[in-house]
Amino acid sequence: MDLLEYQGKQLFAKHGVPVPDGRPATTVPEAVEAAEELDYPVVIKAQVQIGGRGKAGGIKLAKGRAEAQEHATAILGMDIRGFTVQQLYVERASEIDEEYYAAVVFDRSAKKPMAMLSRMGGMDVEEVAETDPEAMRMLHVDPLLGLQDFHGRRLAFESGIAQDVVRPVGAMLAKLYDLFVREDATLVEVNPLLVTKGREVVALDAKVTVDDNALFRHPDVAEMRDLSAEDLQERMAKERGLTYVKLDGNVGILGNGAGLVMSTLDVVAQAGGRPANFLDAGGGSKAEAITSAVEVILSDDKVNAVLFNIFGGITRCDEVARGLIEAFEQIKPDVPFVVRLDGTNDKEGRALLAEANLSNVHTEATMLGAAEKVVELAGAAA
Amino acid sequence: MAILVDTETRLVVSGITGREGTFHSLRNRDYGTNVVAGVTPGKGGQDVDGIPVFNTVHEAVERTGANTAMVFVPPRFAADSILEAEDAGIGLIITITEGIPAHDELRVYSHLKRGTSRLVGPNCPGILSPGKANVGIIPAQFFKEGNVGLVSRSGTLTYQIGNELAQRGFGNSTIVGIGGDPVPGSSFIDMIEQFEADPQTELIVICGEIGGSAEEEAAGYIAANVSKPVLAYIAGFTAPPGKTMGHAGAIVSGSKGTAAAKAEALEAKGVRVGRNPTQVSELAVEVLGTRV
Repeated sequence: MDLLEYQGKQLFAKHGVPVPDGRPATTVPEAVEAAEELDYPVVIKAQVQIGGRGKAGGIKLAKGRAEAQEHATAILGMDIRGFTVQQLYVERASEIDEEYYAAVVFDRSAKKPMAMLSRMGGMDVEEVAETDPEAMRMLHVDPLLGLQDFHGRRLAFESGIAQDVVRPVGAMLAKLYDLFVREDATLVEVNPLLVTKGREVVALDAKVTVDDNALFRHPDVAEMRDLSAEDLQERMAKERGLTYVKLDGNVGILGNGAGLVMSTLDVVAQAGGRPANFLDAGGGSKAEAITSAVEVILSDDKVNAVLFNIFGGITRCDEVARGLIEAFEQIKPDVPFVVRLDGTNDKEGRALLAEANLSNVHTEATMLGAAEKVVELAGAAA
Repeated sequence: MAILVDTETRLVVSGITGREGTFHSLRNRDYGTNVVAGVTPGKGGQDVDGIPVFNTVHEAVERTGANTAMVFVPPRFAADSILEAEDAGIGLIITITEGIPAHDELRVYSHLKRGTSRLVGPNCPGILSPGKANVGIIPAQFFKEGNVGLVSRSGTLTYQIGNELAQRGFGNSTIVGIGGDPVPGSSFIDMIEQFEADPQTELIVICGEIGGSAEEEAAGYIAANVSKPVLAYIAGFTAPPGKTMGHAGAIVSGSKGTAAAKAEALEAKGVRVGRNPTQVSELAVEVLGTRV
């Protein structure tokens, strides 16, 4: 789960990472009130789950009430690379002397946390890594020991940051690591890490990703979920306990097991089709789960054909067939379905479908055959 | 032969009295696996259809000589169960549980690395050595004994590929699910090393997916260390960046972890990659000859 900047900064403040004073706002009057409280100059910042806010005009300096009003009005509702701004953050402006970069990330290949520091902040990290790889210093941390003082010292000295801020930057790294562990984060990034004209060290931005699997022990963080960033289908699926990812094609997909569903998307694409979604109905799905999955898939207007690809292990094909029959009774879909049932109770499942004799349901024996058929039907319907 | 689980396996199941734990423990036993004990704290002295239940793994090991553990407990207790099994001297710990926090997995992984116990999973379907033992949730009826070693990050996709191979007459030495989480206890490399040393295995098939770099690392290992033929399949060519595709570990981060990059890395090291599950079985025919 990705947090918005202001939510990340709430966690920063909780763990003692210095941040400029700021207030969230969801309306223009709220934003102006926040600006008045903080006193000018302030920065009005769009809160969206995507980078490049500044370039898109989503971050503006306001020196007085009129400007605060003007910028808040312009930014609220603005579209930034597909994300509509529904939340603002109003922050006391900082006087910038130097911009660094600090992060604690989870390095999957080393299977260890990694602390990072660079004297080149305020720009795209991947760009820095390419143009000046030496500027980014990285150290792995033993998760059983945690970040030690020497890690911070080494990073600070080796990255070549100003000598007078080595200590406070090291201290900030220690706090970021503490947050990373205690909040079950998989990413904590500060870009830029600011040295002000008064030589104070503050986190000017905050990017925090919290492990979804650990939200049960962080109810306060779980409440921060930004529902507006999820679309209708993804929300519906979550409420029904299904794993769904929206894509931009027209072939609806349902399968059991993440790997098999990913593979199904690929095979449909190879057959010349465009998948509309990823939907994993899970292991051991019962008929009701299948029925609600069909509901979710068909709520996407672009879908004009649906593929069921089931290899039953724990999942029983007769349960899947029952779910589909039930869905037809309840929803009466007007798009064609292609169904491939293999594995546990496949004969029973196919027999149920034959008996129900649903119009517009085609059964196929193989995964490849089913993919070709659904692409053909989706093409004909388009 | 086969790898990891066989007729020598003496299995203790953590979480045996839960619904799923009971169901699969009994299925594993029906298959012929020697399920010697179960553990549920507070239920020591009971039994599950004749399988004795103990309060601690230590007691189960002492009383039954268990040498392999299967962990079926809910995610928030799973790390503790794995560490308990390790502390009790279990050499192979197979964790089926899905949804364990990544930081728990990091700590468990780092601790186990310092000892000799091997973890397979979490978030995996288990290990099946056809004709010998089944530990986990793999539907054994689709697989028979044979010479193909199969290792995969995904459950149902493994069944799909295994079934395609079976239809062409191939059986398996062992099928290992290493799981779909970001911190798997065992990697492709760990399993490939085992298959390379296993006389029953003549062909190794690895089944990967988007996210991380385990497939790329395996490619380098195979080129340097493996004499047996290796085939691969990668799922997720159409996955968009930044979205978790069902498995916690299946995510393309920026430009990293794409299926295309993985297939390319494997092919660059001479590992042939099937474009779909059917093609994998066709490649197996090319390598081993027709079996039907």
